[in-house]
Amino acid sequence: MSGQWRVQVDRDRCIGSGLCAGTAPDHFELVDKKSRPLRDLVDPSEDVSDAADCCPVEAILVTDATTGTTIAPA
Amino acid sequence: MTQTPQVMPARNYPFGEADRLNLDPFYAHLRGAEPLTRVRLPYGEEAWLATRYDDVRLVLGDARFSRAAGVGRDEPRTHPRQGDSGMLSMDPPEHTRLRKLIAKAFTARRVETLRPRTQEIATGLLDAFEAKGTPGDLVEHFSTPLPVAVICELLGVPFEDRDKFQVWSEAIISTTSLTPQQIQDYLDSLWGYIAQLIAQRRVAETDDLLGALVRTRDEDNDRLSEQELVQLSAGLLAAGHETTVTQIPNFVYVLLTNPDRWRELVAHPDRVPAAVEELMRYVPLGTAAAFARYATEDIMLGDILVRAGEPVLGSLASANRDERIFDHPDELDFAREVNPHMGFGHGPHHCVGAQLARMELQVAIGSLVARFPNLELAVAEEELEWKKGMLVRGLRALPVRW
Repeated sequence: MSGQWRVQVDRDRCIGSGLCAGTAPDHFELVDKKSRPLRDLVDPSEDVSDAADCCPVEAILVTDATTGTTIAPA
Repeated sequence: MTQTPQVMPARNYPFGEADRLNLDPFYAHLRGAEPLTRVRLPYGEEAWLATRYDDVRLVLGDARFSRAAGVGRDEPRTHPRQGDSGMLSMDPPEHTRLRKLIAKAFTARRVETLRPRTQEIATGLLDAFEAKGTPGDLVEHFSTPLPVAVICELLGVPFEDRDKFQVWSEAIISTTSLTPQQIQDYLDSLWGYIAQLIAQRRVAETDDLLGALVRTRDEDNDRLSEQELVQLSAGLLAAGHETTVTQIPNFVYVLLTNPDRWRELVAHPDRVPAAVEELMRYVPLGTAAAFARYATEDIMLGDILVRAGEPVLGSLASANRDERIFDHPDELDFAREVNPHMGFGHGPHHCVGAQLARMELQVAIGSLVARFPNLELAVAEEELEWKKGMLVRGLRALPVRW
């Protein structure tokens, strides 16, 4: 299994803007007014990197699950 | 027409003419007595107005409230013209398609790389300002050219053309200061000007943000239409300097009329970032709540049922003074441990340039505090002239001495 992405949300930084859940509803949900990834490991998806790029406080980090390289935010 | 118990007579809104940076005390009354109230604006249909922090946050952040649903409706507004607000008329995920193209340019990390250059511009402007001698107008010589120079460099717009596009940019934030015809003419001029810069980039590529947007457009038609490219770029140019340009003098005005807070920053310049956050909370930049969200289903807000299809305005200024969230909300306190203000809005339309604005405001206030510890107003406070007929509150000039 290679090429998967790891999705993390820093819930201290998150302001619950809902941009990620609106952008990628299959990958993020708001719990107690803050975002949470539905799954930590996902197949590469532009929705997920878009959500990380759009987060107004950059609370979402998407990395290559194998190498740890940052995918988004760019 | 059936009257349900929730229907109450609408109040005229805004409640009165904006008085400097003072928030109408009626908001505090409403937060306590009638947190969701009916309002009638000078134009458009009646709306609900939310004044409590939690309600405003819900209206702006919850996907059941839509901006796109307002397209084609007679939106409640303070200005006669109802134009397409571009990204601000979209919901995710359609909205994301455009937002992500520019969000990448405004990440905290990218913005930090602009800080040294911003500081350099600020220092140069203050050198010239100081050399001209005291007193001087901070608006003309510092708070206007600084953000304009930064957005010009970021986008790749020639700073020398600023006299032209500064005039046209007013169209984006005017309510009644310009006639609808003037607004359209200015917008056409601004779009034409941007279209010409875009055409240049198709001849010779550039590595500025405008060049990147042009490449995105030309590589893939579906990601960005030509009209979106022009309007998005024009919007960035206008928003990039109408907002920070206005907030720098607003912040300086608040600090100079609260001299203890100014002296606090002179003594503790490390508190400038916290001061910028607190000033974002404290200063009601907008003259009125704007950009209503439309309920897409029936939703309870507090005790009130908002019906599907009804527009709701959220007052950021009122939310930022909500005593349920902020201790001593009407005081300027740089030592707040948490400050979850909504000065940059909330939800999908949270200011995309927030990190850039923060950085510019920090540089601007930090530079002034360091350079002019004895800065003060050069005229009586009553003589300061405030802009009228705009979406935002701001000073025409800010004469200071040091």
